[in-house]
Amino acid sequence: MSSERREYKWVGTRQIRPDGHDKVTGRAKFGSDFSLSGMIHGRVLRSPHAHALIKSIDTSKAEALPGVKAVITSKDFKDQPSELKPAGEGMVNYRDMTRNVMAREKVLYDGHAVAAVAATTVEIAESALKLIDVKYEVLPHVIDVDEAMKDGSPILDDKMIPIGYDTKNPTNIAKHVEFSLGDTDEGFAAADVVIERTYKTESVHQGYIEPHAVVASVSEDGQAQIWCCTQGQFMVRTFVGQLLGMPTSSIRVTPSEIGGGFGGKTVVYLEPLATLLSSKVGKPVKMIMTREEVFRASGPTSGGSMDFKIGATNEGKITAVTGTVRLLAGAFPGAPVAPACMCAVAPYDIPNVHIQGYDVLVNRPKVAAYRAPGAPISAFGAESIVDELAKELGMDPLKLRKLNAAKKGTKAAYGPTFRDIGYEETIDLAMDHDHYKAPLGPNQGRGVASGFWFNIGGESSATVNINEDGTAVVISGNPDIGGSRASLAMMAAEELGIEYSDVRPIIGDTAAIGYNFLTGGSRVTFATGLAVVEAAKDAVRQLCERAAKIWEVDADGVVWDDGHAKPASSNVGEFEPLSLAALAAQAAKTGGPICGHNAQNVQGAGPGFATHICDVEVDPETGNVSVLRYTAVQDVGRAIHPSYVEGQIQGGAVQGIGWALNEEYIYSSNGTLENTGFLDYRIPVASDMPMIEAVMVECPNDRHPYGVRGVGEVPLVPPLAAVANAVENATGVRMEALPISPPRLLAALDSSNIKQAAE
Amino acid sequence: MESIEFEKPETVDQAVALLQGASGNAKILAGGTDLLVQLRAQMLEPSVIIDIKHIEETRKLTKNSDGSYTIGAAVAGAEAGDRDDITKDWPGVIEGWELIGSTQVQGRASLGGNLCNASPAGDSVPAMVAAGMTVNIAGPNGRRTIPVEDVTVAPGRTCLEKGEFVVSFNLPARPAGGGDAYLRLIPRTEMDIAVVGCGVAITLDDAGVVKTAKISLGAVAATVLVVEDAAKAIIGTKLDADAMSALDAACQAACKPIDDKRGTIEYRTKIAGVLARRAVTIAAERAGEK
Ligand SMILES: Cc1cc2nc3c(=O)[nH]c(=O)nc-3n(C[C@H](O)[C@H](O)[C@H](O)COP(=O)(O)OP(=O)(O)OC[C@H]3O[C@@H](n4cnc5c(N)ncnc54)[C@H](O)[C@@H]3O)c2cc1C
Repeated sequence: MSSERREYKWVGTRQIRPDGHDKVTGRAKFGSDFSLSGMIHGRVLRSPHAHALIKSIDTSKAEALPGVKAVITSKDFKDQPSELKPAGEGMVNYRDMTRNVMAREKVLYDGHAVAAVAATTVEIAESALKLIDVKYEVLPHVIDVDEAMKDGSPILDDKMIPIGYDTKNPTNIAKHVEFSLGDTDEGFAAADVVIERTYKTESVHQGYIEPHAVVASVSEDGQAQIWCCTQGQFMVRTFVGQLLGMPTSSIRVTPSEIGGGFGGKTVVYLEPLATLLSSKVGKPVKMIMTREEVFRASGPTSGGSMDFKIGATNEGKITAVTGTVRLLAGAFPGAPVAPACMCAVAPYDIPNVHIQGYDVLVNRPKVAAYRAPGAPISAFGAESIVDELAKELGMDPLKLRKLNAAKKGTKAAYGPTFRDIGYEETIDLAMDHDHYKAPLGPNQGRGVASGFWFNIGGESSATVNINEDGTAVVISGNPDIGGSRASLAMMAAEELGIEYSDVRPIIGDTAAIGYNFLTGGSRVTFATGLAVVEAAKDAVRQLCERAAKIWEVDADGVVWDDGHAKPASSNVGEFEPLSLAALAAQAAKTGGPICGHNAQNVQGAGPGFATHICDVEVDPETGNVSVLRYTAVQDVGRAIHPSYVEGQIQGGAVQGIGWALNEEYIYSSNGTLENTGFLDYRIPVASDMPMIEAVMVECPNDRHPYGVRGVGEVPLVPPLAAVANAVENATGVRMEALPISPPRLLAALDSSNIKQAAE
Repeated sequence: MESIEFEKPETVDQAVALLQGASGNAKILAGGTDLLVQLRAQMLEPSVIIDIKHIEETRKLTKNSDGSYTIGAAVAGAEAGDRDDITKDWPGVIEGWELIGSTQVQGRASLGGNLCNASPAGDSVPAMVAAGMTVNIAGPNGRRTIPVEDVTVAPGRTCLEKGEFVVSFNLPARPAGGGDAYLRLIPRTEMDIAVVGCGVAITLDDAGVVKTAKISLGAVAATVLVVEDAAKAIIGTKLDADAMSALDAACQAACKPIDDKRGTIEYRTKIAGVLARRAVTIAAERAGEK
């Protein structure tokens, strides 16, 4: 398939989103807005310890409290074998999953679920939690990734068998991965300049505003209905079915509107608990996490430490890179080490590369996905050291990147050879942008960084139903996080040749539409979009057949043009074109309903590249960093709806700035989390940010009919290093560890002043 | 949670009677921007909540004939910020008050609430202390007036006795050659709690020499501090470099901060000196403007 070059009516325009009115008027139903009559309420008892053996749990007092209807612990879940099973993009281990949703032998982090109660009111459920008597034997804990790798560190799971890592002793290292290309020894031998550094980032939360929420209702015949805020209703169905031993056909999951996910809602926490409680009680059970629970118990992304070494010629040609990336996984294996290793230097054409990574258990909540999982972390290291190289060589950092840029035909260290990609264009546009030439004042600095993300396709199903009045309904199966309904409707309108406002996109529950992989991997507008385009084409084919029937000609004598069936040529005969509305009105007589459908496992996702420019001003007396100006250039393939593409770019940049400057988990010496709210977990507020300028490069993906590439993840890859590089440019001090919070930066500035004074 | 009584007295005496008669824990409600958050976080379980906003005296901001002000304890920051007189006379007091929270919070947040919440980091308090403000307290034994700095005795604890509450504040007339300022450090630009706050009120003579000064620091000790050595360091000077570094050192020496998730001892101490220098510079500019 190649992307069609044609004039578009809807693609590339800025239409009002179909979910917009409901969202601004408050009518939209988010997870916690859902209620059923007869509903009762569930709450979770959580571990106060970072690491402890559960000696006993006595729930009798809680069960005796009037109003309490059920209490569950891990005893109510059957254990699962330890094996990796495919689930969508990756593999899951249900033995770990059942222990994460309800602690079994041990609690492994502060906030780990230990029991759950359903009661007639939230207040009674909370009182009941206080009556559950859990006896713990507190164990030593480990929070830091480097500490967890040391001999003698507390071990989270002494039965864990590491993958790709040989050891006889119990270890927290769950996995080791390696990627290589060429011969790095030779590469470094050919280098004139070699730099080696160590970097560190903190674990950060996705910061979605909407806490996890669910209502589950299990009927007497074992049929379960679940309403929840999730990035994947099919994922919830699979996981709940597996954890509770229920057949897939007995579970129907309806996703609510979603108040942010960013990867954090690609897993289950409350859904299996609410479903089990409901099946015990025979009533619908509602559960909502508090913000504190979200921070203590839901998965952030990894923090990591890493070593990078880079070699280059005096002319700036990079000859070799080696890297070791150590990512904390939280309490169960699954840090995004492989993507971290694969993405680190993917923007560059480097002949000799060796990158290895470790997936490391620590006493924190199990990590979950966060936009471009792993890539921002490794890119912080890689893009910082590239910046150091530019400084060492006395070269403009963008020129250095351009000289080494991956292009069509470049073989990436992680395997594939790139097709058409727009990385170089992002550098060119950044270099030509007036931002890059604007003068800087005192204490101000400028940094740049690039980033790469694969993007994915995946299983996608879509239905396009032609209504009797000539309008259409598009049913797809992906929760809409970033405006995807608008984009899907625009693509359907484009294919059908009707007004955008005549297409109503809806998101089906698990029983209304074929399987869809979850909303993640920047896949929806690309992959589900492709299924919608194919489903619309299927409807068009049927419309043409109906016209052929009416005209009594062969079906291939009819073409679809601008919303009308027309004779393919004058040889077919002279007929007045038939509009979609006219054909829809006669559908009953010409063969019945017209329903286009498509289902496929979409391949051919086009990778995304981005280059960002960041200006900061540093207050040398307080260490405060203000971001003055920020420009994000990105290859977006084709922007179906430019506003929502820009929104993705801006949001990613802001999240990355927060990651760079202030976000971190603060643990007490006991391993309990101290900043469990947005007051002390400091994501940026609106007044912290300048307007983020999004610049779109459109290098179409030749494997999508409109050239779409995923756009939602790569904008979070460059900002961490862009900010750190800007701070270095402003102060001369290189911050090798994030966050660059005021106290940390001031300490670094002061010690560099002392060093300078001594010299 | 047990049920909570809610009362809306219209006079000071009614409020005092309600406070005094309450069986369990009675809480005053002004703007509620602390109280409601604490209720929801289950930090408090009051038996009765007494909304003082229906008592006229708590809701009035008056400029008196001698140039001083009487500020009702429940006046919101946004209301004061809209007034030309007080914002011109005491820009530092308004700064401390008006940077609380966000626009939404500003529509509610009061001086009485900020002071009686008794956080060492309350933003309005250092500038009130520097300006020499006093509070009018009503209680079963009538009224009493005490300096703002005497109200908080420990984090979360005030000197108010059972049955007492703050009715209003007294803010002196702006002295000739006077200027004030408040600065705080937060890692973000809003919606954060001061890592350090510094309020300054000074007067200059015609030659630009500091005649009087009062310097107050927030968030660096259990309660808001008055740093007399800092004032001494600049009184009689033209704020030359030596005076400024003495000021900085005096502020650092006065700090008794804690290490917590919001800041380290070392950082808070250093920043206290920095903010004091900067706030004094702003106050002096304002004093020079007349
Ligand atoms: C989003 C947000 C942001 C915030 N940002 C800041 C900030 O930047 N800086 C800052 O300092 N604070 C901040 N706060 C805290 C709060 O807004 C302030 O402390 C505010 O001044 C409290 O005033 P209030 O009228 O709302 O007090 P309330 O909540 O009504 O009362 C606070 C406490 O004081 C008691 N009280 C109130 N009035 C009286 C009285 N007259 N006599 C005796 N006791 C009384 C109450 O019983 C209660 O214990 C923020 C709060 C929120 C929710």
